[in-house]
Parts: sequence; structure tokens; C-alpha cells
Amino acid sequence: MDLLFSQLFNGVANGVIYASVALALVLIFRSTGLLNFAQGEMALFSTFVTWRLTESGLPVVVAILASAAMSFVVGAVIERVLIRPVEEARSPLNVVIVTLGMFLALNALAQLVFGTDPQQMPSAFPDGRVDLGVTAVAQDTIGLAAVLVAECLLLYVLLQKTGVGLKLRAVASNPDSSRLVGINTGAMLMLGWALSAGLGAIAGSLVASQRTGFDASLMQSVLVFAFAAAALGGFDSPLGAVIGGLVVGIADALTVQYVGFLDGIEVIVPLGLILVVLLVRPTGLFGRNVVERV
Amino acid sequence: MTTLNEPTVANEAAFPPTPAGTSAGPGVPWSKAILGVVLAAAALVIPFFFDVTTVGLFSQALYLAVAAMGLNLLTGYNGQVSIGHGAFFGIGAFTTGILMVDHGWYFEPTLPVAALVAALVGAFIGFPALRVRGLYLALITLGLAVLFPRVAAKFVTGQGGVALLRPDRAEFDPVAPFDGLDPDQWQYFVCLVVTLGLLLLARNLIRSRMGRAMIATRDQEVAASTVGVDLARVKVGTFALSAAYAGVAGSLSVMVDKVADATNPLTYFELSIKFLVAVVIGGSATILGPLVGALVLTFLERRTDSLIEGKEILSPAVLGIALIAIVYLLPEGVVGGLSRLWHRFTTKRTPPAGPPPPVTPLRQTSTS
Repeated sequence: MDLLFSQLFNGVANGVIYASVALALVLIFRSTGLLNFAQGEMALFSTFVTWRLTESGLPVVVAILASAAMSFVVGAVIERVLIRPVEEARSPLNVVIVTLGMFLALNALAQLVFGTDPQQMPSAFPDGRVDLGVTAVAQDTIGLAAVLVAECLLLYVLLQKTGVGLKLRAVASNPDSSRLVGINTGAMLMLGWALSAGLGAIAGSLVASQRTGFDASLMQSVLVFAFAAAALGGFDSPLGAVIGGLVVGIADALTVQYVGFLDGIEVIVPLGLILVVLLVRPTGLFGRNVVERV
Repeated sequence: MTTLNEPTVANEAAFPPTPAGTSAGPGVPWSKAILGVVLAAAALVIPFFFDVTTVGLFSQALYLAVAAMGLNLLTGYNGQVSIGHGAFFGIGAFTTGILMVDHGWYFEPTLPVAALVAALVGAFIGFPALRVRGLYLALITLGLAVLFPRVAAKFVTGQGGVALLRPDRAEFDPVAPFDGLDPDQWQYFVCLVVTLGLLLLARNLIRSRMGRAMIATRDQEVAASTVGVDLARVKVGTFALSAAYAGVAGSLSVMVDKVADATNPLTYFELSIKFLVAVVIGGSATILGPLVGALVLTFLERRTDSLIEGKEILSPAVLGIALIAIVYLLPEGVVGGLSRLWHRFTTKRTPPAGPPPPVTPLRQTSTS
């Protein structure tokens, strides 16, 4: 029983990581209707920036916030300079190629600027574990979960309860009509990318601090699971991303522990799960259906 | 509006308007025929002109082109995005590897088997595609690319106990009537013949009833089904065929690279991206696009590798930036952009405003 609980919490700990990256993916999808394959590498770059700031003596929390602010600006610039000119051609594949190009370029640039040696990111949360009766949980995990919940709430409020959020959603669902009713679509797209880059910076920095060391490959394993989480929850739902992340994390952890013959290919379980969910609900668990007019 | 199965820009490129008056035969303009002969001659001379390394690069570009052609059928013409075709490539490679290493087959007969196995797996993956579309489908295929190397690592034990199969080099030597050729030349020609055969197949398919059904499904699925297109058959069929192309490519790669290797979990994901990139920089939904894209990509990669000696880390950065630049400069891909230029120079200019010579319309009405 203890083993089950400790595996469950392992799963939750990983799931929280996947969810935090998935949240950034969902945000970009919500506000621009695009999948950003470079999300992980953008976060990686921000993570290195955070690390460099802590090395220069800043407290971790300040460094993370500063890095998130910088990423916010850079995200907006990326949208304006790299994405928009291509997007105007109305070919989604071309935008995918640009994000893939960014994926390659950012990863290489991060290695060039910050070196290839593994680095240690100081943790933003106190050391030690909290005893929950059945098992002990690292405070890191609890802290990351708390940040995630806060991010989720803020996003919900921003998207559903504010005028800006309404505009963001309008632009994502129909840019032409939004422009006609007077929304500055360009500004909204920039804002979407900026917010997503900022969230990615926070996620990356916190994820790195949980690892014993991080290098340029930090995000590569996380990104696939984050995509899986976002697909499971439905790309347009922040809550879905979080739940998707947890489900993927827990399913992965339990398979490792209990399903011996899948040893080495545990990843088949979250993927199979997604396949089943998508077959039953093609828009994900929490996604909304889009009615198509012919 | 935001899904990936929106009609692509390169729509018209599938059926380029034949400029009237330059025809050499039914539908073949002179200029195109000459270009074709020159290219064919160049393709035949390549293995005798360049050194072994460069010929090897051409062979790699050819098998990359085969996989990209398959992906182009699926993504360019049928609108189903896959970022997991590396998995089918791997299935082809390992089918060939296992048959040769464990069962003592010759290389050539493994090609159709690899195609068949990949097609079966492709059809299996194609079924969810009936319900799952656009980005979600892309993600399922992404999962496939991530899964494949792990499955291979679990069930294939090659040299040193890892998922790495190395057939005997001599197995790929030229066969009887061609033994005058060097191995690299022979392998280049095998790749060339397979590539051209599959290129023709794709071209004819696109111009057939099935091809039109594929394009209609891409452009407007609901409308296509109301005019009698069997969506399930078209989508699953395209998926299987596309996977078979990738399987053949993987099989050829064993001959060219002498290895089927799944030790690096990211290899097949990166390959999937390469295929997609080749399709887009060549020009999606064009017949020649994937071939051109594969050539550009292979040599671009080579160039960026050698460009910056001592700073190998930077080579993917240069590649990434080059990709972005190509998408900027040629949003319809190399072939799309070139065919636009081509038409600008070969189409007769529309006569400037003014009364047209009166003779022509009279003659036309009298002869028809």
C-alpha cells in the first residue's frame, strides 16, 4: 500500500511538471490556434537565463520573475518578427516549420551561450519532505503544485473574466471577424505568445530545480509528455492541461511499478490512454467541439 | 480556421495550367521535356562524376525523398498531418535488418516486405485518424515516433545486445549484370530506380479518381463525403500507402547506411521532422517538391556541418535559421516558387490593352 502511494505521488510530481509545460502550450493554442513545437526550447533558454541570474547572486524567486519578464518580452518579439509574416500566408504547415526551426536553433544557441556542462539550479522552495501520513512528499513538489494551481486560476480569470481574455479568445476562434469588430488582433497574438513564453520560463526554471542537474536536453523528454497532457485534456482548456498532466504522470509511474512486461516501453500507456480518449472524445476531455459550416 | 487541414496555398500547383502554344505533345510543353532530359542525364552521370562520399549523400537524399513523397501524399494531398513518419521509416529499416541478419535474406526481396509491414501498421494507425483530426492526429503520430525506438530497443537484440543491426556489407554489392559498378554506384542506382518508380506512382495516383478524392477530402471533408467520397477508405488507404513509402525509404536506408539503429531514442522523431521539412521546403502538394526538398535539405545540412569547423554545436542553429529563411523567401516551397517563376517566363504575355487583331477570333470560329 505504501508502495502504491509513493508511486502515486511520484506520478503526481512528474505530472505537475508535464502540466506546467502543457499549460504554456494550451495558452498559445488558446490565443493563437497554433501548436508551438519550440515551447520547450524557449523555456529551456529562459531556464538558462534564470540560472545565470542566480549565479550572479540574485535570489531564486527574483531571478525566476526577472527571467519570466524577459521571456514575456522576447515571446512578443518572436511572434511579431518570426511568426506573423509567415502566418499571413495562411499556411499552418509553414508556421509549424518555423517553430521547428526555432526548436533546432534555440537548442543550439542555448548550448553555445551557456555551455554543455550540466548545471545545478537552486530550488525556490525549502528543502525537506512533508509527511502526509501514508508517504512523505518533497516540498519542491508541493511548491510546484501550488504554483501550478495559482497559474491555472490566474489564467482562468484572465481568459474568462476579463475583457482582454475575451479578445484573446475571439482572435483565436476567428481572426477576421475579430478584426472587423475592432479588436487589435496583432496585439492579442503578441500577448498570447508573450504570456506563454513567460509561463514557460517559470515552468522550466522550477522543473530544472527539481532535477539534480540540467543541460540542453532538459525539455526534450518533458515536451512529448506535455503534448500528451495537452491533447488528453483538450488543447483549449487550462484545467484540462493540468488534469491531463496528472493522468499522464500517474499512468506512467504506475506502469513502471506494476506492469512488468511493459518494462522499457512504459510510454505506451499514456499514449494508449490518449488514443482511447481521443477516439471517444476527439477534442480531448475538456475541449469544446467546433461545428463546421460547409 | 485554425486546424491544419485547411486548404494549403499550393493547391493550384497540383494541376499547373499548361501554357497553350508551347505544347510538344498532349500536355507536355517543349521546355519541360528538355528540362526533363537534362535532369535525367544529370541523374545518370552523378555516380561517375562525384566521389564516394558525395554519391552516398545523393543516395541518402533519394531515400529521404521517398519518405517525404509518402508524407506529401498524406499531408500535402490528403491534409492529414503526421509528425511520426520516422516510425514507419524505422519499421521498414528493421524489417529489412531482421530479415537479412536473422533470416539470411538478400536485400532486394526485403523491400516489398518492408513496404507491406509498414503499410499494415499505417492502416492500423489510420483508423483513429477517421475520428481524430488535425493537431490531435499530429500528436498521436508524434507518440508513435517516440514509442518506436523503445519498442525496437525492447524486442530487437542486435550487436552488443542493443537495438542495432548491421547486415554484412557484401550483401549490398552489385548483382550479376552490373558487377562492373562500384558498390556505392550500384546502391545509388537502386535508390534512383525505386525513387523514380514511386514518383511516377504518386504522380499517376494524384491524377486518378483516388487522387481527386484525396484532395477533395483535404479541402472540404463534409462536402466530399456528400458527393460520394468514401472518407474511411480514402483516409485509411492514404495512410497505409504513405506509411509504405516511408517503409521503403527505411529499407533503402539500411542499404545506404549499412545499419538499422534505434539506440538513440530521438533519432526517429528527428527523422519525422526532417521528412516534414523536406516536404515544406520542396513545396507541399507538388509532385517534385519532396524530391527537391530532400536534396536541398541533405546538402544544406552537409554544408552547415562543414561551414563552422570547431563549432559543431552551432550546425543545427544554422539549419534551423536556414529553414526559417526558406519559409520566408519561398512560402510555397522551392518547387512552388520556381513553377511560378517558370510560368512568368514561359507563358505568353497577355497583350497590352487595345483592340485585339481581328483575324484570330474569326479564324477560330470558322474552324470550330
